[in-house]
Amino acid sequence: MSTNLLTLEGVHTHIGAYHILHGVDLVMPRGELTLLLGRNGAGKTTTLRTIMGLWQASQGRITLGGEDITQLNTPAIAQKNIAYVPENMGIFSDLTVKENMLLAARSAQHAAQMDEVRLQWIFKLFPAVEKFWNHPAGKLSGGQKQMLAVARAMVEPRDLLIIDEPSKGLAPAIIQNMIEAFQQLKASGVTILLVEQNIHFAQQLGDTVAVMDNGRVVHAGRMQALAEDTALQQSLLGLAL
Amino acid sequence: MKFFEDIDTRPLLLVPVLALLAFPLIGSGSTWLTLTVAGLAMGMIIFIMASGLTLVFGLMDVLNFGHGLFIALGAFVATSVMGAMGDWTGSGEWWRNMVAVLPAMLIAMAVAAAVGFAFERFIVRPVYGQHLKQILITMGGMIIGEELIKVVWGPQQIALPLPEAMRGAVLVGDAAIEKYRLLAVAVGLAVFAAQMWVLGRTKIGLLIRAGVQDREMVESLGYRIRRLFVGVFVAGSALAGLGGVMWGLYQQNVVPQMGAQVNVLIFIVIIIGGLGSTGGALIGALLVGLMANYTGFLAPKVALFSNIALMAGILLWRPQGVYPVANR
Repeated sequence: MSTNLLTLEGVHTHIGAYHILHGVDLVMPRGELTLLLGRNGAGKTTTLRTIMGLWQASQGRITLGGEDITQLNTPAIAQKNIAYVPENMGIFSDLTVKENMLLAARSAQHAAQMDEVRLQWIFKLFPAVEKFWNHPAGKLSGGQKQMLAVARAMVEPRDLLIIDEPSKGLAPAIIQNMIEAFQQLKASGVTILLVEQNIHFAQQLGDTVAVMDNGRVVHAGRMQALAEDTALQQSLLGLAL
Repeated sequence: MKFFEDIDTRPLLLVPVLALLAFPLIGSGSTWLTLTVAGLAMGMIIFIMASGLTLVFGLMDVLNFGHGLFIALGAFVATSVMGAMGDWTGSGEWWRNMVAVLPAMLIAMAVAAAVGFAFERFIVRPVYGQHLKQILITMGGMIIGEELIKVVWGPQQIALPLPEAMRGAVLVGDAAIEKYRLLAVAVGLAVFAAQMWVLGRTKIGLLIRAGVQDREMVESLGYRIRRLFVGVFVAGSALAGLGGVMWGLYQQNVVPQMGAQVNVLIFIVIIIGGLGSTGGALIGALLVGLMANYTGFLAPKVALFSNIALMAGILLWRPQGVYPVANR
């Protein structure tokens, strides 16, 4: 079995007339948490959407566990045991919290068929999910919706979690719950790809890091190495961790 | 009650409010009751025809102006099936009439579903995401369908008389209520209940409701929404076929242009209801049915545009319809 779960080789993405990704190279080691950092507009979200097939790569190759998934459509990619949380959270506002969770549990036809042990674990990490179980998701606060979005990605075991800015707009206490959730997921062997702007959040979680700029990965390495190199942080991110 | 906390109940009041407003204008209680039942029956038939279309639009953002074709097709199939069962429709016994009407409905639904499947595959699928082309090609599809109906059944009006036992009225006090209208209300309620059950209690229904809100996210969860859409399109076509049979029996005749005529009412209904909303479509259909009957009695000259005025009034109140679908 390859040590890398997901690999991007020279991936280009065009959206209409715009050339957004200019040959992204990225390697995600299995069982680790990889952070995608970069300024606004660097191409992080486009990279995630291209991996998920929501925007088709115009050039290059994306492989998952050695299998080429570049030309697959989004449902086929998701069925490769991938959970994706988009930047807008993708919550179905008219559905209840329970129904949102049930949708993510592909193997369950009814709420009763969802894995109870896993649900209890999720409820412990994100109590709001249990508290508002039968309420419309549209009535949750922004932070609660974010928790639901991450909880939904955890409802069934997945090999790879792709999450776009999970800490955006969250209160510090909830961020701590989120960090705990990702640490527990990592400990269970799940590979995670995270786009994150909150550097302190990123620092506590990241094993490997890729920094993007102008649609390319301009730095890839261990998070620890980046955290210890102030000059590199300044040159890549314009700030010190 | 939690149920009412979660549901916006104000649009539900529109139907009784319209009925109560009409009461003093009509004056006679028995006439009001007759018109109200007629309006509800008409509304229920329109709902049967419109409910598939609203989901088709909600799920895939497809503007299908050819929906009327399935309605006309259903009605014409019914003329053939029921015409061949004259002994059964001519009987005064309800069960004998139903032996003729039920196969007519089922065959009409099957034919409309099959044509709907082909329509989606060859006409709608090539123009996903292109609204202008959708309008043009689906209207073109309906015109071709109308011409094919003329080839098979002829261009003239064909009678679709009510079976013997369904004719006449029952008296409620001084009000005469046509038996068929009661049947139409019952069938409409059964279709609504079945849809609510599928949408509210099954995983397929959950996927449809989610897809109406955010199809990209449904795909990101690993579900093939195009297959779901084909299923909804075919089911919507079948319901249009059923609605066509009901409408044909309501009018007691069918013409090849009936689909195009009813299309206008259906689009008013789904716009009033909120594109993609089944509950909204029911309220919209009942309002349109009641309005058509009340104005037809009170001021026949304004009856033609009364439903347009109703739609405009509701859109001024709620620009996205009475039950706007979130995330759209």
